[in-house]
Amino acid sequence: MIYKVVSSAQEAIADIPDGATLMLGGFGLCGIPENCIAALVARNVTNLTCISNNAGVDDFGIGLMLHKRQVKKMIASYVGENAEFERQLLSGELEVELIPQGTLATRCMAAGYGMPAIFTPAGIGTEIAEGKEIRQFNGKDYLMEMAFEADFAIVKAWKGDTAGNLVYRATSRNFNPVMAMAGKITIAEVEELVEPGELDPDHIHTPGIYVHRIFKGSGYEKRIEQRTVRKSESNEASAS
Amino acid sequence: MLSKEQIARRIAKEIKNGYYVNLGIGIPTLVANYIPENIQVVLQSENGLLGMGPFPFEGEEDPDLINAGKQTITTLPGSSVFDSAMSFGMIRAQKVDLTILGAMEVSENGDIANWKIPGKMVKGMGGAMDLVASAKNIIVAMQHVNKAGESKLLPACTLPLTGVKCIKKIVTELAVLDVLPEGGFYLLERAPDVSVDYIRDATKGRLVVPDHVPAMDMA
Repeated sequence: MIYKVVSSAQEAIADIPDGATLMLGGFGLCGIPENCIAALVARNVTNLTCISNNAGVDDFGIGLMLHKRQVKKMIASYVGENAEFERQLLSGELEVELIPQGTLATRCMAAGYGMPAIFTPAGIGTEIAEGKEIRQFNGKDYLMEMAFEADFAIVKAWKGDTAGNLVYRATSRNFNPVMAMAGKITIAEVEELVEPGELDPDHIHTPGIYVHRIFKGSGYEKRIEQRTVRKSESNEASAS
Repeated sequence: MLSKEQIARRIAKEIKNGYYVNLGIGIPTLVANYIPENIQVVLQSENGLLGMGPFPFEGEEDPDLINAGKQTITTLPGSSVFDSAMSFGMIRAQKVDLTILGAMEVSENGDIANWKIPGKMVKGMGGAMDLVASAKNIIVAMQHVNKAGESKLLPACTLPLTGVKCIKKIVTELAVLDVLPEGGFYLLERAPDVSVDYIRDATKGRLVVPDHVPAMDMA
């Protein structure tokens, strides 16, 4: 097995240059690479293009990088929870490309599968289709969307082994596996780092071939955006 | 006029045994509370879950387990988890039987706008464009008029489109309407205390009214 362990988030991201294109896993604040984001903020890497489904919230996730003006361009599907993001966008400080969530995921997947482009009906007849090639298959129109090219993909998994095999937990899986496949260099932070053989090969979600660096993260906050609970045994839901 | 809960209750009647259903944020989320217990339905959450269960009891929230609205949820026996590409793969491949989502505007030819107000609101489309482009059957849950009292059922959408010619049915606080294949809103049912004339006044797009418009059965 090939040993891919690095000592820390700092070491994992040490060679990410200003101006790099990054993929960052997660959906909302669920399954985001908290340790690597903190290290990118601490190193103050700038002029970044970030591909991520969301842009964090004002004081967590990618929002921390936006706050320090480290992001030149954001490629995302939904950015509604971030007031600073909206301010930078409306003032023109931040370049933004909003794309459909399925298109975002599948453009990552295509990169990981070695396919240059995909065809999807999402966005046909809307401003998303402007300037893009449209092909008709079986009488239905599809947009041609290109596979992403990312210098680094940064993902968060639940467990990983020293060979880079990854297992995700519940819906923190989301974009992490497809982004892990899509980076020229893929960095994985995990809650639990184990020896080869401790993960059942049948249960691996991301094979280690896609992962170049792995480390055990620490201090996970796992902030919840919409804590929603049932009251006792009734069906009454309350959000806070 | 129907409350949001009543709109959700009416929409729940459209869900059939054996359906896989995707519920959007807002009123659509409430639909889950009214699915009859005698039918088998699986809820899909596009962040990567089939078999979405109820909200957790207090103290049992799991930050790794959320729905597409970022709310804490639970799984059920038989649930499955997958990545975002597979999630939209099953949507694109029309494995999901019914999509229920909100809208800012719907046009009489079935176009929908629900993601952007130029210069004002920049939140993004999330999964909405994928869902409306691929879904076999889409029901829109929305208010008939906006806060300024203007109709949201229009001859043509004025806001940037999310999808074209895709909406089949609309349930509002006033009425249940089908979008006709040739264009136009066909008035199927009215809210119990609402007149056809009232609905006509609140509908800017072409409204097709049959001789008899029954009141919704809210039982």
